[in-house]
Amino acid sequence: MVVESIDREIVIQAPVERVWAALTEAEHLGRWFGDAGAEVELRPGGHMVFVWLEHGTSHAVVERVEEPRFFSFRWALIPGEEPRAGNSTLVEFTLLPDGSGTRLRVVESGFGDLDGSDEEKARHVKANIGGWTSELVELQEYLERQIA
Amino acid sequence: MAALSDPTRQALLEVIAKRGEATATDAAEELPVSRQAIVKHLGVLDRAGLVEARRQGREVRYRVRPEPLERAASWLTGLAAEWDARLAVIKRIAEAEG
Repeated sequence: MVVESIDREIVIQAPVERVWAALTEAEHLGRWFGDAGAEVELRPGGHMVFVWLEHGTSHAVVERVEEPRFFSFRWALIPGEEPRAGNSTLVEFTLLPDGSGTRLRVVESGFGDLDGSDEEKARHVKANIGGWTSELVELQEYLERQIA
Repeated sequence: MAALSDPTRQALLEVIAKRGEATATDAAEELPVSRQAIVKHLGVLDRAGLVEARRQGREVRYRVRPEPLERAASWLTGLAAEWDARLAVIKRIAEAEG
């Protein structure tokens, strides 16, 4: 009845190593997760920071780094807060070779563990973040059409 | 949505939804759980805003409130769309490199 996790997948026409770079390097993270930059200490327990123009700074802690196949972090849903039990979700990326490309899967879980009031806030924050990310993709597609 | 992470409460909600309205006794007939346990679970569901209660004589009858589940469902659909958008940007970055 209630979904506790999100599970999405995409096939990318690039080798696993390139997808790994797009996923874990700070300059790229700050484009697909955050829109105004990111910092990442790529090691278990390492700190991550994502900046959003409208929502401020979100913090995350790296859990597993298994180049180039698996990357996970725990993300605090409320900007400014450090991740802890009750205010965060777990994001796990799996990279699988798919011919000459890569099948990238992301699972975000732990929604059922959110504290009551935090859940309301998180819902509001995430809905806004999602809106911005979708706009970014639309803008990129629009620019590519102009260039083509 | 911690209220619904318990499988008994999920089953209880389904029983109430199927009947339209149910008392704790009604639900106990359909679930392998004591009436006492059901009363506790109903309390959790009530506090979470997932059911609403009304008194009819000495009985309390429960009904499912659909709005929270609909909000949760559309919220989760939105989250899935967010991740699709992020994956599309990662794809764009990885395919454009080098």
